Amino acid sequence: MSALLNQKIQAVFDEPGCDKNQGKSEKERKKGCTKQLAPGAAAGGCAFDGAKIALQPIVDVAHLVHGPIACEGNSWDNRHALSSGPTTYRTGFTTDINEMDVIYGGEKRLFRAIKEIIDKQDPPAVFVYQTCVTALIGDDVEAVCKAASAKFGKPVIPVNSPGFAGVKNLGNKLGAEALLDYVIGTEEPEFTTPYDINIIGEYNLSGELWQITPLLDALGIRVLSCISGDARYKEVAYAHRAKAAMMVCSKAMINVARKMEERYDIPFFEGSFYGIGDVSDSLREIARLLIQRGAPEELMARTEALIAAEEARAWARLEPYKARLAGKRVLLITGGVKSWSVVAALQEVGIEIVGTSVKKSTKEDKEKIKEIMGDEAHMIDDMSPREMYAMLKEARADIMLSGGRSQFVALKAKMPWLDINQERHYAYAGYEGMVSLVAEIDKTLHNPVWKQVRKVAPWDAPAVEVAHG
Amino acid sequence: MAKVTIPKKACAVNPLKMSQPLGASYAFLGMNRCMPVMHGSQGCTSFGLVVLVRHFREAIPLQTTAMNEATTIMGGMENIEKAILNIRTRAKPDLIAICSTGLTETKGDDVEGFLKLIRQRHPEIADTAIVYVSTPDYLGAFQDGWAKATTAIIDTLVDPIPNVHPLRPQRSRQVAVLPGCHLTPRDIEEVREIVESFGLAPIFLPDVSGSLDGHINDDFSPTTIGGTTLADTRRLGASIAALAIGEQMRPAAEALHARAGVPYRVFDRLTGLDAMDQFIAHLADISGTPVPEKWRRQRSQLQDAMLDGHFFIGGKRIAIGAEPDLLWALGSLVTEMGATLHTAVTTTASPLLERLPTDEVLIGDLEDLEIGARDCDLMITHSHGRQAAERLHIPFHRAGLPLFDRLGAGDQLSVGYRGTKALIFTLGNMFLAEHHEVGPTRWALPAATLQAVARASLAA
Repeated sequence: MSALLNQKIQAVFDEPGCDKNQGKSEKERKKGCTKQLAPGAAAGGCAFDGAKIALQPIVDVAHLVHGPIACEGNSWDNRHALSSGPTTYRTGFTTDINEMDVIYGGEKRLFRAIKEIIDKQDPPAVFVYQTCVTALIGDDVEAVCKAASAKFGKPVIPVNSPGFAGVKNLGNKLGAEALLDYVIGTEEPEFTTPYDINIIGEYNLSGELWQITPLLDALGIRVLSCISGDARYKEVAYAHRAKAAMMVCSKAMINVARKMEERYDIPFFEGSFYGIGDVSDSLREIARLLIQRGAPEELMARTEALIAAEEARAWARLEPYKARLAGKRVLLITGGVKSWSVVAALQEVGIEIVGTSVKKSTKEDKEKIKEIMGDEAHMIDDMSPREMYAMLKEARADIMLSGGRSQFVALKAKMPWLDINQERHYAYAGYEGMVSLVAEIDKTLHNPVWKQVRKVAPWDAPAVEVAHG
Repeated sequence: MAKVTIPKKACAVNPLKMSQPLGASYAFLGMNRCMPVMHGSQGCTSFGLVVLVRHFREAIPLQTTAMNEATTIMGGMENIEKAILNIRTRAKPDLIAICSTGLTETKGDDVEGFLKLIRQRHPEIADTAIVYVSTPDYLGAFQDGWAKATTAIIDTLVDPIPNVHPLRPQRSRQVAVLPGCHLTPRDIEEVREIVESFGLAPIFLPDVSGSLDGHINDDFSPTTIGGTTLADTRRLGASIAALAIGEQMRPAAEALHARAGVPYRVFDRLTGLDAMDQFIAHLADISGTPVPEKWRRQRSQLQDAMLDGHFFIGGKRIAIGAEPDLLWALGSLVTEMGATLHTAVTTTASPLLERLPTDEVLIGDLEDLEIGARDCDLMITHSHGRQAAERLHIPFHRAGLPLFDRLGAGDQLSVGYRGTKALIFTLGNMFLAEHHEVGPTRWALPAATLQAVARASLAA
């Protein structure tokens, strides 16, 4: 690994904006945020995966993966980050290096690949992703990008986050570093307003951003730049002119939020768009920060009016589900911040949470879960699929909400399951999203299919007396 | 005779190809109580896992040696050792099957050497079979990985039998079937039914129909459930014949022949009337059993379907993007139905490519397919082609792997008389559905004619 990348990783591991990180000793911090991976017992994406996830939602950019076919060929087109316009980001570009490139170096091929993309598609920028093999053979992606930028007069951005550098979360941060180093602050918006904000760490999966933007529009708040959902290159480039920022999705992109505060005095807060109370809190906080930066005071009054109206509308729409869902037991297996914000909302409609995973949650997250669920809260640190299966099989839960990976544990136990992770097809953000989530839970739980699949075949059933007649 | 071209571009756009280790892992998933492992960064496994989960909608057991930059430089022996010990303790598989990746191949890990040392150090793992196959990402494609993995299983696990040996009783009914990766679990079930109908006892290697046919087990298992058992694999050499399905399986059949003297025949496809006739005739031959009435009937049904279908498929220009063996099966069938294989794009080299009934075969990507499909009436490729077909406004038939936007990917049937018939109906129906009724202006006369008439009436 290049000394440069090593430095970058150490810098990312020292995160003043993260309490958990600051609570560690110097030595612990050097090890990074993640537990050591156990060979033969590991799951989850690599640093390249993380960087790509973080940046690919920039829709008008060509995302070029420099490496063998596995990195892009096995992974492209597998998430649902939506675009309201350009679709360049959905095209998979890779140098697909071969054996000769491994021996002689892949830099020339990379340079030609960049040229071909610019000739054919002419995107506003090309993002070049480093991978394990090309890092190992010493391809200097930064140098090639620099040369290509100069030659073609167009931003060619190196994203130095090879898979073997670490896990997905580290990759999120390294991807974000590329934006800080090469993109943010390089262009100027046509105009600014006192109502300009950045949303950081929102990827517009299944169009969730669009469950939020109508609320902001109603208040006259402009999303100057969303990093990176449905973003255009130039929007990210002039993100430094926002008045305030919200950081979503736990701490994956905290480095962007914090460094923009340091460099450009943009205050930020961490919030969530999942759960009714959380949406309202986030809207209030956005208004508060904007007012603090000089927006008129009356913004808060308008915000409160919007919250009151929308909360009332959401609760009214949830009311019919209360009777149907009261006492249903949910097992919630998900990452990070989503746990506690969703927990609160589900409890409101009378659903009982029998357990929630806290594998990716921070200490604060855990405190919050305790606060909401009481000391009885069944916090699961690292549940093996076999334990999950047993729990569902013994019917200690009525439904499992989780990411796609554990889907089949539930389905094979013939238990209802709902996808609440990145690869899902439904949008669950904002007030709208909570109503959809509860509606989906209801739909899944009350599907007649469960009774049928659990029925024993007549020839296997224990002998029963023939009905009289 | 087709010319095989590798486009000279540096950037693959919208890849058609997937990597060797993924194909190898898929083959290992056809082994019973197995845990496949990719020796590489955990992303290698994670991406592959997602592809297979989305395709089959099943839990996929697949592990990683979780290499990082330090272990890569220092060599992955310790990680492989830990992975084997961890997996053996946690999952208790019969077989741990390891494939290498681009990362560890670039470093040059001597995994076979590592495994010898690990076995010496840990005599307790003698109860677990281990197979290793070398599959760098930067060489070959999915299909090659599958083929190499099968060959490695044979070379490592099949009990060797000297050429002339009493262990192969002439009256044995056991045959080895080596299916290529283009056969779905449903295809394999079909082949099994056909082979068994001749009184033969087939052992499929690998057998994804046992593990990935989409069924519900009574218990949860961290390893594969179903697939070729270790015991069946070991006694594969005692088969009276081997049937390799797909040109990709020729090396595996040769390996079985070299190890245990099993005579083999390669069937380059089981889709199409003529191809099936040869297969059935061969089975009758090796079994000494007359062809069951069932297949005679299905054969006649297929002939009828071909007659019905040719009206709609005949004359159509078709673009196919698929791995060589699947491309061969589909391209040959549509040609036999009177269509033209206008554009053929594939992932890796194969002796079949030159024999394809088309002018040129590209070893390329979906961008090449999209360009070539511009003048076509139908596009056939895996699910990633859907955006290209949308842009071109042409019908799109999904075939290959991954199929993530349709249910029942493993349940598609396109081999046998019955499967060929089903495929013909599916393709024919796509053209029928595309049929637009003409309006009254469809055959409007050209302006020149009308003007001529007008001039004529004036003059009159």
